[in-house]
Amino acid sequence: MSNQERDEDMNVAIVGHVDHGKSTIIGRLLADTNSLPEGKLERVKETCRRNSKPFEYSFLLDALKDEQAQGITIDAARVFFKTPKRKYIIIDTPGHIEFLKNVVTGASRAEAALLVIDAHEGIQENSKRYCYMLSMLGIKQIAVLINKMDLEDYSQSRFEQIKTDYAEFLAKLEMKPTAYIPISGKEGDNVATISNKMPWYQGYTVLDQLDLFLNQKDPEDQDFRMPVQDVYKFTRDGDNRRIVAGTIISGRISVGDEVLFYPSNKKSTIKTIEGFNTPPRNTVSAGYAVGVTITDHLYLKRGEMMIRADQAKPEVTSRIKANIFWLGRNPFVMGKNYMLKIGTQKIDMELEKIETVIDASSLDYQQKEQVNRNEVAEVVLKLKSPIVFDLPHINILTSRFVIVDDYEIWGGGIITEALSDEKKAYRDKLMLRNYKWERSMIDVDDRAEHYNQRSCLILITGEKAVGKKAFAKTLEKHLFLEGKHTYYLGIGSVLYGLGSDIKLSEKNNHEEHMRRLAEVANILLDSGVILIVTATMITQEDLELIRSTLVMPERLIPIWYGGKIATNIQVAYQIYNDGDLDGAIDKAKRILQNKGIIFKP
Amino acid sequence: MEHLDKLENKSVHILREAYAQFKNLGMLWSIGKDSTVLLWLTRKAFFGHVPFPLIHIDTAYKIPEMIEHRDRLAMEWNLDMIYGQNKEALRLKQTFPDGNATRLECCRNLKTLALENTLNGRWPRFRLNHATGKYEVDQNTEPFTGIIVGVRADEEGSRSKERYFSPRDRNNDWNIEEQPPEFWNQYKTDFAPGTHVRIHPLLDWTELDIWEYIERENIPIVSLYLDQGDGTRYRSLGCWPCTKPVKSNAKTVHDIVEELRTGKFSTIAERDGRDQDKEDGGGLEALRRDGYM
Repeated sequence: MSNQERDEDMNVAIVGHVDHGKSTIIGRLLADTNSLPEGKLERVKETCRRNSKPFEYSFLLDALKDEQAQGITIDAARVFFKTPKRKYIIIDTPGHIEFLKNVVTGASRAEAALLVIDAHEGIQENSKRYCYMLSMLGIKQIAVLINKMDLEDYSQSRFEQIKTDYAEFLAKLEMKPTAYIPISGKEGDNVATISNKMPWYQGYTVLDQLDLFLNQKDPEDQDFRMPVQDVYKFTRDGDNRRIVAGTIISGRISVGDEVLFYPSNKKSTIKTIEGFNTPPRNTVSAGYAVGVTITDHLYLKRGEMMIRADQAKPEVTSRIKANIFWLGRNPFVMGKNYMLKIGTQKIDMELEKIETVIDASSLDYQQKEQVNRNEVAEVVLKLKSPIVFDLPHINILTSRFVIVDDYEIWGGGIITEALSDEKKAYRDKLMLRNYKWERSMIDVDDRAEHYNQRSCLILITGEKAVGKKAFAKTLEKHLFLEGKHTYYLGIGSVLYGLGSDIKLSEKNNHEEHMRRLAEVANILLDSGVILIVTATMITQEDLELIRSTLVMPERLIPIWYGGKIATNIQVAYQIYNDGDLDGAIDKAKRILQNKGIIFKP
Repeated sequence: MEHLDKLENKSVHILREAYAQFKNLGMLWSIGKDSTVLLWLTRKAFFGHVPFPLIHIDTAYKIPEMIEHRDRLAMEWNLDMIYGQNKEALRLKQTFPDGNATRLECCRNLKTLALENTLNGRWPRFRLNHATGKYEVDQNTEPFTGIIVGVRADEEGSRSKERYFSPRDRNNDWNIEEQPPEFWNQYKTDFAPGTHVRIHPLLDWTELDIWEYIERENIPIVSLYLDQGDGTRYRSLGCWPCTKPVKSNAKTVHDIVEELRTGKFSTIAERDGRDQDKEDGGGLEALRRDGYM
C-alpha cells in the first residue's frame, strides 16, 4: 500500500429534501463496494425478516429504532468507507426541515456535498434551502444527484429539465456544482457502476465523483492566526514551562518569529515549540494543535489571538455586520442578552438591528422584527467587549462565529463588516501602551508566588460620607498586619496630583480622571500589591472604562459600601455600614479568599 | 496533513477545549484500547501531564490483567485514578454470572448505575493514594460536569449520531432528537445546573485508526489484545462472562493492524464478541439512552 492511499481522507455530506433517497444511496454505495462489516448487513436483514418487513438499503444507516419506525433520518449519522484513493466519512443528514440543525451539524464537518433531488418529485423547498446552507457553511464542491430515475423511465429530458431549473437557482447564490448525475439508489444505476439504462449520460458515477472531489489544502499560506486556548504551567508536577496552547487556524510560525497577542497587542518572540512524544520542530503550520513558549513574561489568557508581527493585522471592534442563520426554537430578538463565540473568545452581545431577513428557498427579502427558526438574516450585532476577527475575503475561518442562547449554540454567522464603535480611539491608545510596555524579568505569577498573594484592585464605592475611607484603611491595616503587600489609594490623591492639570468641575474631564486612576491601578496591579481604592458614586460606565484599561480586568473587585446602591453600577458584592466594622472586614477577607487573592489560613 | 495527524490534532483541540471550559472534568478509562489512546492523547494535549482525574467503573468482573495494567500505569504516569463500583448489586448478587439478572440488567446494575452514581458523587469514589499505592474513599463528592469518553462513531448505530460535546440531563438521559447543533469547531460548553456534558474526542476514529496510532506512538496496551500462544486474543475488552476472545494469531500490534486492514477482521464488526449487544436488537441504544457509555 502506498503512502498516498493511506493518507488521504475526506468528509462528504449528503443532503436533500425528505424522502428523496439519501440513506438508500449510501446503503447502496456501501453494499456495492463491499464496504459493510459482515455483522451489520446480516443483522439488519435478520431484523427485517423477524418483523416481516422488506429489506431496504436505507435501514443500514437508520440504525436507530426510532428512525426505522418513522422512516426518516433524525440526526446526522457518520458512515465510514474507503476507496483505493482515500478514506471517507459520509455524513448522512436528515431531510426534514425540523432537523435543519442536524443538517448544519453534519454539513459543517464536510469538504464536499452530494445534494439529492428526487427526479419524480422534482426540486422541493429544502432542495434549495439546504443548498443555501451549504453556501453559508462554505462548502464549494457539490455534486447534484438526480435520484429515482427508474420512476421516470430514465428520461433524459426529465433530467435536463431539473438540471436547468436548479442551475438557475444556484447561479443566484453564485454556486456552480461540480457535476449533475442521474441515478437510482434503489436499482444501483450510476451509483457504484455505470448504468446501461441511460446511454445518453456520459459522465461519472457517484463513486467516481467522490474520488474526483479535491481535498482542501490547509490554509498554510495565509497569515498566521492562532486563538489562545489556554496557558499551561504544571508547576506542581515539577514542570516549569509556561506553554501557550492553541490550534493554528492558518499560516505557519517558527522559532524566533515575533508575535503579537490581539486585542491587547502585547508582543513577544517564539522561544520553543513544545510537544510530547514527537520529534522537535522549529516550524508548525495550520491544522496543528500546538504549544509554544515565548521569550517574555506576558500576562496572557484564553481568548487572545496570536498573530505574527510581520503580517497583516486582524480587525478589532465591538460592533459588526453579519450574515447569520438561526436554528433556535425561540426567535433571535433585540433587547436580549446572548453570547457570541468566535475562536476562543466568548463575549456577551445583543442584536442591535435586523437589516433584512432572507427566505432561503425563494431568496426573497423581508423586513422583520425578529429572526425565526431556520431563517437567514443580515444583522448588526453589538458586543460587550471587542473581538478579534478577519473579514471573509481575507480569511473565512476567522470570520465565522456562533451564537449561544440558553446554554445552546442556536445560531451561526459570518462577519461581513467591521463597524466603528465609540471606543476605538481609546482602544488604539491602550494597544499602543501594551505594545510599548517595558517588561521586567519578573512576571505576575512570580510575584504572586513570592508575596503569597495575587494582586487585585478592590474598588470601594458608595454614597458620600458613609465611612468608605475608614473601612478601606482598616481593611488595609488588617491585611498589612497579616503580612500582605497592600496599599490604600483615595481617589483624591489622584485627582489633585496626577490629575491636577485638568479641572474637576468640567464634566467632560471625568472620563480622563477615571482613565488616570485606572492607569495608576494598572501599574500597581502589575507590581503585585493588593490595591484598595475609594471613590464616590462610581457608575457602570466608570467601571467599564477602568476594566477596559486594566491588563488584568478580572482582578477588579468592585464593592458597594454603605446603604442601598445609588448608581447604575452592577456589583457582585455589597457591604453594609451597620456599625460592625469587624464583621465588614471579615466579609471583605472572605471575598478575597473566594477569589483566590489571599489564601485561607 | 496525514490522516492520523488530522485525527490526533482534532482530538487534542477538543481535550483542551474541555479542560478550559469545565471545572469538574474527568475522563472515563476502561483500560481498553480506545480509552487508552484517549489517555495518550491527553498526555499529548498537556505535554506529558494528565490534569484531571481518570474514572474507572469496576464491575468486579473485569479480567484481572486489566486492573493490574490500570494500577501500573496509574503509578508510572502519575495519574489521579478513581474507581467506582455498585457494591450493593454485587453484595445482593444481582448479576448475570450469578444467574439473577439478564445480560442487559447486569450491564445496567454494574455499569450504568455505577457510572451515574460515581459521576454525581452519591456513591463512594475510591481514589488512588500515590504514597501508599492503595485506594481510599475520596472526600470530594462534587459531581462531575464534564466527562470525557472514548466512544467512536463507527462502533454502532447510536454512537454514529453523537456530538463531540453531548449534553446529558438531570437524569443522565440522552435526548437524541433534541441535540443542539455543533459546527465550526465551537462546542456546547455551557450547561444548566444539574446537567452534565459528555465529551467525545475519538468520535471520528475507526478501529483501524486506533491500532495504527497505537503502533505509531508505541502506546502500552493490555496483553489480552495479543495472542499469547493459544491462537486467541481479545478484540474488544469487557467483563469476562460476556466478552469472548476471537481466534487470531496476531502477536504484535503490527499483526493486528494487518489483520484489520486486509486480513480476516477487515469485514467483521468489532463488537461481534459482545453478547449484550445482541440482546438489544443490534444496538446499544436502550443502554445508551440511560447513560451507558
